[in-house]
Amino acid sequence: MDYAQIGILVLWIFLFCYIIVASIDFGAGFFTLHAKITHQDKRVNHLIARYLNPVWEVTNVFFVFFFVGLVGFFPDTAKYMGTVLLLPASISLILLSIRGSFYAFENYGPDTKLQWLAMYALAGLFIPASLATALTISEGGYITKHGDHLDLKWAELFLSPFSWSVVFLAIITVLYISSGFLTFYASRAEDWRAYKLVRYWFIFWGPPMIAMSLFVFLTLRIQNRAHFLTAVQDYWYMFVISFICFIVALILTLARKAHGVAFIMVILQMFFAFFGYGISKLPYLLYPYVTIDHGAANGAMALALIIAFIAGLVLLIPSLLLLMRLFVFDKDYVKGKK
Amino acid sequence: MNSIEIARLLTGMTLAVHIIFATIGVGMPLMFAIAEFLGIKKNDAEYLTLARRWVKGYTITVAVGVVTGTIIGLQLSLLWPSFMKIGGHVIALPLFMETFAFFFEAIFLSIYLYTWDRFKSQWTHLIISIPVILGGSFSALFITSVNSFMNTPAGFEMKHGRMVNVEPWAAMLNDSFLVRSFHVVATALMTMAFVLAAIAAFKLLKNKFKKDTSYHKKALKLTMILGLIFTIGSMIAGDASAKFLHQEQPEKLAAYEWHYDTASQADLVFFGILDEHKQEVSGAIKIPGLLSFLADNNVNTKVKGMNDFKSNELPPMIVHYYFDLMVTMGVFCFIVSAIFILTRLFKRLRTWTYSRIMLYLGVLTGPAALLAIEFGWFLTEQGRQPWIIRGYMKVAQAATEAGGLTLVSILFGVLYLVLLFTSAYVIIRMFKDKPAYELIEELSSKRGDA
Repeated sequence: MDYAQIGILVLWIFLFCYIIVASIDFGAGFFTLHAKITHQDKRVNHLIARYLNPVWEVTNVFFVFFFVGLVGFFPDTAKYMGTVLLLPASISLILLSIRGSFYAFENYGPDTKLQWLAMYALAGLFIPASLATALTISEGGYITKHGDHLDLKWAELFLSPFSWSVVFLAIITVLYISSGFLTFYASRAEDWRAYKLVRYWFIFWGPPMIAMSLFVFLTLRIQNRAHFLTAVQDYWYMFVISFICFIVALILTLARKAHGVAFIMVILQMFFAFFGYGISKLPYLLYPYVTIDHGAANGAMALALIIAFIAGLVLLIPSLLLLMRLFVFDKDYVKGKK
Repeated sequence: MNSIEIARLLTGMTLAVHIIFATIGVGMPLMFAIAEFLGIKKNDAEYLTLARRWVKGYTITVAVGVVTGTIIGLQLSLLWPSFMKIGGHVIALPLFMETFAFFFEAIFLSIYLYTWDRFKSQWTHLIISIPVILGGSFSALFITSVNSFMNTPAGFEMKHGRMVNVEPWAAMLNDSFLVRSFHVVATALMTMAFVLAAIAAFKLLKNKFKKDTSYHKKALKLTMILGLIFTIGSMIAGDASAKFLHQEQPEKLAAYEWHYDTASQADLVFFGILDEHKQEVSGAIKIPGLLSFLADNNVNTKVKGMNDFKSNELPPMIVHYYFDLMVTMGVFCFIVSAIFILTRLFKRLRTWTYSRIMLYLGVLTGPAALLAIEFGWFLTEQGRQPWIIRGYMKVAQAATEAGGLTLVSILFGVLYLVLLFTSAYVIIRMFKDKPAYELIEELSSKRGDA
């Protein structure tokens, strides 16, 4: 493996971690709002707050980590992505800011306001949609290049079935992952009223998510045929394993059994789908302008980055485990006794 | 305005907002750790309450700091793609390490916030503040390293418009790194102390709850003492910076002081108005020889003047005012805190310690320190004009050519206004009708039970 491959693997893992923890976060925000409006907030919101308050800030760091690493390992992407994504990424940033700060204002402030809750809950749903747009653009076909000048074809992006199917898939997946986690968390807390509600949500969002994924595949065939063919011919087994994990998670939840295992299945399902997508996309980071070999960081810097990365992980992993032990795996805390 | 100016304006706007929260983020953990330490050590519920209330307000500023920090992190690539394409090969390491430090801080801050009563020993909880302090300070060091690289580039060779033969560690530990980091951390601590002092002084002036008086007095005393210590640190750092500029970036120092002709016994110029054509300064207070002294501890030192440099490589002359204002604000904080300490030291002056005039001056130190931070960053950033990487790449070569820049700038402007206004609103309401004595009584009774 060369540096570029190690680099992209590391980054992809971090993006994956972000997708999982952020989905839990964003989806939970939406469920909080939904419960408030339908007057079920006494049933679930305390449960959600108990999990989210200590971890939301850490979630954000996974994201920062991903893009700083991307620019570090592949400076050329900064030039291309930076230029093309000015408007879409700025919108994502504004949404992320609204989400993060109003979450804090609402949850740490002196009292709660429905408007603030609505702001962070809705921003939370638009963020996955707007971030997914970056992945859409990287499939190619939405950029024009004149000499050194790059432009995003807005009309194409807006009218493309592929970009819309990715957006919907992102939103549904967020709600699916989030309710999957909350079902596990509620069962651990032995909070059966909340459990009933979040389990229902989980079962509700599963099937449309699978349907949407199939639709994304079909539209990818139109958008980027090469990518589609690699995915289907060379890496089909990744997507099959992903689907099997989905079925297992669904069956366990329907049977009200082993929610911890069910959530691990949800993570595995996402893992195989996400890595299947990623590996079939290579060698392109931005089709067809940037590949992972072209424009990767040079030897000394790449080595320094990897050393820094390993040293960082030595610090981070025990700290993250401590955080989890205190707030997710501590039964008394989860039940609200601490 | 052309796209370069808009990109500069937006970057400046983001940094101006972020630096407020970033400064609080660097300075605050040490403050609440000190208060908690005193509380446990002296077995004093008032100090413990102080720590808890500071942390409570801090949660709000952290949130805004995190989001504005995320914004500037991405904006570097969005607004200055050519800079990141070339410079990314060199600054990746400190940027990467900064996120690690930030990660570390975020994890332990979360733990710190939610474990006040979870450990048997109070000391265990205090120990958790150490990684928070370290994370915050290191994140400041690494990001300052990126900025100082842009001022004093090192650790690479330029070939065919690319940076090659990169030595990551040499680039990270470039010439100005130490001086600047020292300055950044010292002033962050100083600012935080005065912001908290200003709050305590304000609360003493408009005291709604008589029972809280001794609590606020304790807060004021502690923060004024810390403020004085960190101000002295900041002054030493500032002096080192001036000496560094004299050695490494003389055009910057010359512009700070409107110093045109190279000369020994150079004057320090205070405020005034400049006629750029005649190169004359009117209405200024001039202190003979002080600039030479600042540069090298010797009034006879020759200080290079702006006429020795190409005129298109000089920063805008407005930086002089930033310099004067920064220094004025810093000195003001120094004087106020020094007087406060003197009234504590000498028994005859004790009546003045909490006098109204002293409290009014105390209220002013917080805004003054924050303004000094803003002016200081304006000074150093505009002082680097026209370069983005001094000597290698001009700002004009680095800006994005993407459309929609104006729209994006307006959106961010609105966002910042909303964030500033709302966070102030939330923090004020958090403490407005919430007396401290309730928490103090609660904490002391809890200890009584134990």
